[in-house]
Amino acid sequence: MSAVLDHGGHGHDHDDHHGHPHGWRRWVYATNHKDIGTLYLLFSLTMLMIGGVLALGIRAELFQPGLQLLNPELFNQLTTMHGIIMVFGAIMPAFVGVANWMLPLQIGASDMAFARMNNFSFWLMIPAALMLVGSFFMPGGAPAAGWTLYAPLTLQMGPSMDAGIFAMHILGASSIMGSINIIVTILNMRAPGMTLMKMPMFAWTWLITAYLLIAVMPVLAGAITMTLTDRHFGTSFFNPAGGGDPVMYQHIFWFFGHPEVYIMILPAFGIVSQIVPAFARKKLFGYASMVYATASIAILSFIVWAHHMFATGMPVTGQLFFMYATMLISVPTGVKVFNWIATMWKGSMTFESPMLWAVGFIFVFTMGGFTGLILSVAPIDIQLQDTYYVVAHFHYVLVAGSLFALFAAFYYWAPKWTGVMVPEWKGKLHFWWSLIAFNVTFFPMHFLGLAGMPRRYADYPMQFADFNALASVGAFFFGFAQVYFILVVLIPAMRGKGEPAPAKPWDGAEGLEWEVPSPAPFHTFETPPKLDATATRVIG
Amino acid sequence: MARNRPEASPVPATPCIDDHVQPTKSNEMIHVPGNRVSPTEPLALRVRKGLTAATLLGAASGAWAVSDLPGGPAVRQLDLHPAVTRIASAQQDLHHMMMYICIVIFVAVFGVMFYSIFAHRKSKGAKAADFHESTTVEIVWTIVPFLIVIGMALPATKVVVAQKDTTNADLTIKATGMQWKWGYEYIKGDGEGIQFVSTLDASQRALSDAGTPQGDNYLLKVDNALVVPVDKKIRIITTANDVIHSFMVPAFGIKQDAIPGFVRDTWFRAEKIGDYYGQCVELCGKEHAYMPIHVKVLSAEDYAKWVDDKHKQMQALADDPNKVWTQDELIARGEKVYTANCAACHQPNGKGGGAIKALDGSAKVLSDDAKVQIDVLLNGQNNTMPPWKQILSDTEIAAVITYTKNHWSNKTGQTVQPAEVLAARK
Amino acid sequence: MSSAVSKGHAPYYYVPGPSRHPAMAAVGLFFVILGAGQWVNGVSWAPFAFAFGLVWWLVVLKQWFSQAIGESEGGMYGERIDLSFRWSMAWFIFSEVMFFASFFGALYWARLHVLPSLGSLDNALLWPDFKAIWPTELAGATGSPAGTVEPFRTMDPWPLPTINTLLLLTSGVTLTVAHHALLQNLRGKCITFMWITVLLGVAFLGLQAFEYYEAYHHLNLKLSSGIYGSTFFMLTGFHGMHVFVGMLMLLFITLRLQKGHFTADNHFGFEGAAWYWHFVDVVWLGLYVVVYWT
Ligand code: HEA
Ligand code: HEA
Ligand code: CUA
Ligand SMILES: [Cu+2]
Repeated sequence: MSAVLDHGGHGHDHDDHHGHPHGWRRWVYATNHKDIGTLYLLFSLTMLMIGGVLALGIRAELFQPGLQLLNPELFNQLTTMHGIIMVFGAIMPAFVGVANWMLPLQIGASDMAFARMNNFSFWLMIPAALMLVGSFFMPGGAPAAGWTLYAPLTLQMGPSMDAGIFAMHILGASSIMGSINIIVTILNMRAPGMTLMKMPMFAWTWLITAYLLIAVMPVLAGAITMTLTDRHFGTSFFNPAGGGDPVMYQHIFWFFGHPEVYIMILPAFGIVSQIVPAFARKKLFGYASMVYATASIAILSFIVWAHHMFATGMPVTGQLFFMYATMLISVPTGVKVFNWIATMWKGSMTFESPMLWAVGFIFVFTMGGFTGLILSVAPIDIQLQDTYYVVAHFHYVLVAGSLFALFAAFYYWAPKWTGVMVPEWKGKLHFWWSLIAFNVTFFPMHFLGLAGMPRRYADYPMQFADFNALASVGAFFFGFAQVYFILVVLIPAMRGKGEPAPAKPWDGAEGLEWEVPSPAPFHTFETPPKLDATATRVIG
Repeated sequence: MARNRPEASPVPATPCIDDHVQPTKSNEMIHVPGNRVSPTEPLALRVRKGLTAATLLGAASGAWAVSDLPGGPAVRQLDLHPAVTRIASAQQDLHHMMMYICIVIFVAVFGVMFYSIFAHRKSKGAKAADFHESTTVEIVWTIVPFLIVIGMALPATKVVVAQKDTTNADLTIKATGMQWKWGYEYIKGDGEGIQFVSTLDASQRALSDAGTPQGDNYLLKVDNALVVPVDKKIRIITTANDVIHSFMVPAFGIKQDAIPGFVRDTWFRAEKIGDYYGQCVELCGKEHAYMPIHVKVLSAEDYAKWVDDKHKQMQALADDPNKVWTQDELIARGEKVYTANCAACHQPNGKGGGAIKALDGSAKVLSDDAKVQIDVLLNGQNNTMPPWKQILSDTEIAAVITYTKNHWSNKTGQTVQPAEVLAARK
Repeated sequence: MSSAVSKGHAPYYYVPGPSRHPAMAAVGLFFVILGAGQWVNGVSWAPFAFAFGLVWWLVVLKQWFSQAIGESEGGMYGERIDLSFRWSMAWFIFSEVMFFASFFGALYWARLHVLPSLGSLDNALLWPDFKAIWPTELAGATGSPAGTVEPFRTMDPWPLPTINTLLLLTSGVTLTVAHHALLQNLRGKCITFMWITVLLGVAFLGLQAFEYYEAYHHLNLKLSSGIYGSTFFMLTGFHGMHVFVGMLMLLFITLRLQKGHFTADNHFGFEGAAWYWHFVDVVWLGLYVVVYWT
């Protein structure tokens, strides 16, 4: 028996493989995982540009002390919306996009488990994005309470705060539906013979990420709902006068927030775990321990949240507990790093662009991991919390982590997506340019933080001037690297310019996605493929 | 140029650490002394000079120079502030320990990776081995990091316990975060009863707006510094009036959020006389960058003298709430109160903006019943307007109300006397 | 291949074709959030935008579900899809559990941490006269240190909440009876018991409305009654909303049963709604114990 794909909607000719609609309907009415994946990726790229321009606004203002371009209110709006847009608009949807494209291909499924709901998850992001970006034009401007939306500052925000809250609700609903889709696809639609422990690492990391999402997105929804009712309906969740507690918001938020940061890194680990073996021409070292490490990181992520709150004044026991638990996370993360390096060890390596990005990821992400570990030591965090050291830490793990991994994924799978090879020099230039610019931007922030420069500051004492100037120069340099990426790498590839890609452009790559032609046809694996014992090849 | 001040005030070349605190070697290595004495032309300026686009980037500001601020940040400072308390120096030791361990691991791990990258590349004829598992090494590299982490956690535990121990303080001071100033109240110990508000010096805010920063203590200069005696255990109790703020003084190694409705505490024992600076480090609205902290550490004698002076000064200033004022006196006083406390939100022109209500033409201000406005001032309104009853005296509230009732287009002619405010407090 | 799509022969995995429903539903929700966000700020056109979006969204959902039901009844959904539905419903319910967990967590934190610390010795600096007593423990206690909360009385577990508990527990039983009837192909009995279940749900909602009326008018217990009122109404209110949704699900399942949908061995829609109902039931038991009783 084979999968039946109702291409044309009801009453259409089911034999016509090219019966899917063309023009805008193809995208708006899409139920095809590849099209929806493309939509997600383009959406997140757009949001990356918007979030990036906001970041450049921040950096331009901070280029030198004194207020030049913005007033402090607008500055806070930029910071807040930069954080929210990057986290919820750029990084998370980008990983969902890659998941949409690759998961069915990797596990030999005909599509995602719920194709229409899949499209719903995507289209829900549009109203949310419109509300978020539109909030700049509402009376009082965009929310300016930081991406963490701490109460009671949120209670002072204008109407855009409510728009933001509802937008986040919708984004949460989208994430939950998307995660359920991914979980069900992975659990229920693997081709016969692909046991869980033979699944590609990317599928594993996404499975675990999806669980994190359905566990914590509703908690965020709870937190911002309380904010909403405190703002408008007279409740006192965060109002001490009525017996509430502003710090309660932080507990609820970070119960979501910490797992959230792993939501943004676990799929990146998955991507890197696909790429490193491919270019080392050697199987992933310690597959099983990779799976267990990912699961441990996810489980531990639920008991470390208050490391964001050391300065709120917790009792000693609380500080110690959260400090120990946080430090423990470096153990499973270390296992991953060591496994990647052991995979490279005695391999037969080449360094095409995907591999460069992956190695760059390991190198720079680890620096961010180490600064995280340093922050987790409560007495040190007392010095560093809410300074630029934290900003440096999380951009090392988010930009050089999540974003670099996404670029790695792009270069690795672009042949499958577009059908053409991206010329190597283009990807290499993009890599080195980004790597250098990234470090010029964010490395000096460690010094600023150690010297005590607080974050979310529109203006700063003059002693901090030099490193800020350097960071600003780096930020624009980094921004231009992404302009280059869009204009020189992405658009030509999307237009199909370049050498046609073979089904399997990387000789060391393994996995079912390389068993279908490039670009991947509209429908793949309509009949569940028969797999060989390794579950990486189709037989017969 | 006036702003170019190469002759900037002399700065001690050594970090402010006395014998209680062991200066760490690395500290000295990192703080290149040359950095600390000579005023330097900031990079932004040099870059901007070189850019043709200079005009775009706020050509308004001229040349400036800056030197290190003792007790505050140093130019191009690379590490934590020189420690002035035992806790701060313990934090620094921890930080250095962590950093060195991490660097060693980093070099080791990536040494292996780069060796592999160079040695095991296809272009060098490397053939891929086919191992992909080894329970032994996997156990080793789980256990070893685990042990390292324990090794890091142990010394940290001691510091956590020490820095949380706020008992047996010699002096207890309550620091109240407000949008956007700090209120200090000496509640126990020498100086009990002293109470004042500390705000960013008004000139600084103007410099910031104009994009013409200047001075080594730019954005750190306050009207009234917090004053404490040296070598005494000071317990700082934090709380807030409106939103969360955070009280940080890097040289003391303290940072404590100030949470409305709750009190939290931290402590320090400054071991060196001098001026120390910090800033508010929890996003608290638009003027978040403009509520610095300046702590003056004095010798025991100087402190006693300061307490004495302060008490006298406070007595002289205290207003009798039953005194009857003329309208002009109240308006003149009210203008000062308005500029210092209200203008940041309601704007000097009284028009407000965003969630901030306009006062000019406001029904509540124009109301014939003075109680309406008194109530708003005392108790706040809508989460946005903070309650002022703890911060302003009856006279000040009466003065500022009279001022707003008779300024801009508001011409009510009404006068509100302190006694009315006092009555409304009940 | 098209031959596989005949009634009774479900495909290996049915993947629906292009559909306008998802994007249209998103348009509806755009107006919902636009309207809601402005409505709470008192913008005059906002309620209309909200209502328009809601109606739009419901119409789209109706079309969407009709199509899905058509596919289901048309035999497109084989065993594998059935399993997909089961997984998805289970994990959806899990996410709902986490949503409630945030509010239960808030109650726990407020009562066991915030209250004592507001009344602690340190905090006497700010709230000198505050006694840390949870409102259920002493008549007249408001749990609010500033004294800004009007005095109120708490809802006694007897009689209303207890009756409601019994209603919900009974509805769980009648639902199970209906399910067994369906399994034995006793459609008439199944439909009868489904109606009883739905009516029990309606009765619960009615009583809860009455309870709120009592709270507001006789106990002076309001949403604005400090942290107690906040957690009380938000927990029971969100629960009530879930009862409402669950009741609607059961209602539609009953109507579908009357149309002849579902068979003894193919009725995931029925089971999904039943799971949801049991989940709502369990949440209520939690509420009954920690909100009303203790
Ligand atoms: C992708 C996102 C991501 C990731 C992966 C991480 C990873 C980690 N983070 Fe980070 N973090 C953020 C995103 C992320 N973080 C963000 C966004 C914030 C700020 C939020 C805000 O306030 O706005 C933040 C803030 C933050 C804080 C609070 C700082 C403050 O506000 O004061 C802390 C404190 O403990 C912390 C710790 C850690 C730790 C211990 C890890 C660990 O997981 C890192 C583990 C990795 C390694 C340690 C390196 C590899 C390991 C080895 C090579 C093995 C050998 C090593 C040893 C045994 C030492 N993070
Ligand atoms: C999630 C991912 C993510 C990503 C990818 C980034 C990317 C960047 N971020 Fe940030 N950032 C956050 C998440 C992220 N950030 C978060 C969560 C916060 C905390 C917010 C808070 O405090 O509440 C934060 C805060 C933050 C701050 C601190 C602000 C403050 O405290 O006031 C700064 C300051 O420099 C900064 C800078 C940057 C820069 C320069 C980039 C660059 O990497 C961006 C590069 C991208 C582009 C430039 C876009 C691509 C190109 C174009 C669109 C073409 C046009 C470009 C040009 C004309 C050059 N970010
Ligand atoms: Cu006060 Cu920031
Ligand atoms: Cu965290």
